[in-house]
Amino acid sequence: MDLQIFIQQLINGASLGSMYALIAIGYTMVYGVLRLINFAHGDIMMVGAFLTYFAHQLWGMPFELAVVIGILGAMLVGILTDKIAYKPLRDAPKISLLITAIGISFFLENLFTVLFGSTPKAFKAPEYLTKIFQINDIYLPISVIIIPVVTVLILVAVLWILFKTKQGIAIRALAFDINTVKLMGINADKIIMIVFAIGSALAAIGGVFYAVSYPSIDPLMGIIVGLKAFAAAVLGGIGSVTGAVIGGFILGFTEILVVALFPELGGYKDAFAFFFLILVLLFKPTGIMGQDLERGRF
Amino acid sequence: MSGFLVVEHVTMDFGGVRAIDDLSFEVQKGEIYGLIGPNGAGKTTIFNIITGNLKPTKGRIILEGEDITGIKPNKVVYKGVARTFQNIRLFKSMTVLDNILIGFDAKAKYSYFEAILRLPRYFKYEKIIKEKAYKLMEIFGLTQFADSLATELSYGNQRKVEIARALATGPKLLLLDEPAAGMNPKETAELSEIIHKIKRDFDLTILLIEHDMKFVNAMCDRVTVLDYGEKIFEGKPADAIVDERVVAAYLGDFSNA
Amino acid sequence: MNKIVRNFILIAATIAFIIWGQNNLEPYTLRIVNNIGIFLILALSYNLINGVTGQFSLEPNGFVAIGAYFTALMLIPNETKLDMFALTDPAPIVMQMQASFLPAILIGGLAAAFIAFLLSFPVFRVRGDYLAIVTLGFGFIIRIFAINNPEYTNGALGLNDIPQTANLYWIGGIALITFISMIHIIYSKYGRAMKSVRDDEDAATAMGINTFKIKTMAFMTSAFFEGVGGGLLASYLSTITPDQFSFLLTFQLLIIIVLGGLGSMTGTLVATILVMGGMEWLRFLDDEITLFGHDFGAHPGLRMVVFSILLIVMMLFAREGLFGNKELPDILKKFKKSKS
Repeated sequence: MDLQIFIQQLINGASLGSMYALIAIGYTMVYGVLRLINFAHGDIMMVGAFLTYFAHQLWGMPFELAVVIGILGAMLVGILTDKIAYKPLRDAPKISLLITAIGISFFLENLFTVLFGSTPKAFKAPEYLTKIFQINDIYLPISVIIIPVVTVLILVAVLWILFKTKQGIAIRALAFDINTVKLMGINADKIIMIVFAIGSALAAIGGVFYAVSYPSIDPLMGIIVGLKAFAAAVLGGIGSVTGAVIGGFILGFTEILVVALFPELGGYKDAFAFFFLILVLLFKPTGIMGQDLERGRF
Repeated sequence: MSGFLVVEHVTMDFGGVRAIDDLSFEVQKGEIYGLIGPNGAGKTTIFNIITGNLKPTKGRIILEGEDITGIKPNKVVYKGVARTFQNIRLFKSMTVLDNILIGFDAKAKYSYFEAILRLPRYFKYEKIIKEKAYKLMEIFGLTQFADSLATELSYGNQRKVEIARALATGPKLLLLDEPAAGMNPKETAELSEIIHKIKRDFDLTILLIEHDMKFVNAMCDRVTVLDYGEKIFEGKPADAIVDERVVAAYLGDFSNA
Repeated sequence: MNKIVRNFILIAATIAFIIWGQNNLEPYTLRIVNNIGIFLILALSYNLINGVTGQFSLEPNGFVAIGAYFTALMLIPNETKLDMFALTDPAPIVMQMQASFLPAILIGGLAAAFIAFLLSFPVFRVRGDYLAIVTLGFGFIIRIFAINNPEYTNGALGLNDIPQTANLYWIGGIALITFISMIHIIYSKYGRAMKSVRDDEDAATAMGINTFKIKTMAFMTSAFFEGVGGGLLASYLSTITPDQFSFLLTFQLLIIIVLGGLGSMTGTLVATILVMGGMEWLRFLDDEITLFGHDFGAHPGLRMVVFSILLIVMMLFAREGLFGNKELPDILKKFKKSKS
């Protein structure tokens, strides 16, 4: 494979990896504070994409405003999910929470199927995102550059929040020992709400990016992407935001480059995440960043 | 070192925190030995090391001459070590009988298929362990609760079930983590009696963690006092109470001794 | 004595119903009863890993698919295979797969159990709730594998002309066997061990239980019966495609075991009938809806919206389901005792 194509695929991989990274952050943060795999998180990505589509293409709003609506709407759904379904079960057995999360996930998928129908919809993004530019023999849509750049900026912002703000420190403390944090008078529920808000916002942005890159959306789009993003989070080290991003990019690069190098494996693209997951669990369950969240349990 | 249970130069570090610092003591066969000390002194940690839940940073645990350091908790049971927990951990969805049967289940030698197909060995061994379980419940005065859910019992009785369950595994060494915690004087006296009885009848060596000095005085032949992971005294309980280092560690709080 | 007589009567009555049903029920009703039978097999086994052992898993659709494909390939006559495989010639090993009905079903189950065994290592060795995600992903992987390997599976076209040997005798009979097997497991040291792992894994370990082994046993058992159910499904429907074994199947089973009570086999029995009935009854929600003279149009997916809300509401307000984690006879016994 010649250098031009390699670079082109590298950039594609970065773009895809960004989307996984954005969604993986939400998974890892919620798992960090609640030890819950929020199955509905992938569907939040779908909600963000659909609300943007709805606002822009069915309501006629300008695209930028529609994106904001999509993000705010997704944040609302995420926060409501926690308030209505997860918070009442804080002290229930873990399995109840997981079942509820599956219920929410299935609910969102079917709700949006009822509202929008199951046939994929064409997502129209403005020209400044979809214009194709050319360097030598490489043809790429502008979005493929914009997405990784914006993602890195977002990551920096998230890390700044986690390490430089009071709420962020509380989030990290919660992930470490929720009971002690509560005893110190911190309103754990409010912090958890912030976690859901941030995670949902990022997922929505990821959803919009996804819709811009693969311009069709359908109510079930969040399932596979969500699953893969979670695998990426585990690969990077569940509970670690940096890990989620690293895992996301590794997965994105792998999917694009392996298929570019071995086209016959194309049909298995979606299975790579699963194999990463199995490998990590077999050989290094704490993932790349290696945080052992279960330590100190006795 | 030639004791029944030897804790040999055990050190336990959790990252930067040294929870146990070069701890050594010996328990002789047939003793009731107490581990006492203020909260956070490392008592439950040393229990967890003996049972294999934790691997010590340094040091060994030797039981009857055999090095059992780091043997996994479910395997250490087969070496004859059983324990109870500080916050009673019974199986909440199961009856008292079933809780105790679990202790005996290692002796029920029938396979998965024999269970599904209800072959004769299933009936034979279920009968055997059920009889053993009822005998044990009688000793503890729990027979009338056999079919009650474990959670329906009083705290004192739940503690008894937990000890009975541990006893069902047929241990040589029994580790009791604050068995008298949360009990009133009557229950504590009853517990004291039962522990002495089972020690005699089942030929046990007992290591117990406790705060209640009256209980320790009544129960233990010898004690080790821990403070911040270090041994500050080893000897008879009566001597411990007046030892100045021990008094300092407890800030003289022996009002109930 | 009472218990043995009661069990004997129940079993005899069930067998009598099966024989009567196969010969007397109308096709529509018979179809529903057969569906209930298959779902019962799947739900009972799903309850073993989820409810009894307390390990949240989303495995059924994957193992059902495995059982279905293995059994189908064993049952379809070789000449038919040559015609049916349209995308590419069937692989040599596919041509070697031939068996009569019962062995074919059992092999389907064993294949599923074997895959479960392989999955156990990455999943049960580590702490954390990875079983759910791995099994969820596993369901998707099976579909990907089926589509991308037409020499084994005929790809997206699926397999048809599967001999329809499965009838109420087989389905009802195997459902009865499944139920009895589950009860036998629960009321044995293995069932006790599974429940102890559910209730308090660390205390279970302290009692000498090898929790990895127990979880694997439960998982493999669930997989086996789910594979058998898949084989029966393949034979009953005569046609299988990769898209049939989607998450929807697992979701329906999840609702069933939650409604009946996680860990209660008698609860699952009742809940299967209720949920299958409910699914049928609520089918109208996916069709054209006319309410108070207004035509609301057709909104496919509405039925499952209702069911997902049902599941969420149950988890919030009625987590125990109908029977909790107890079996009906034990509940009745306690009830009688409290009244005296």
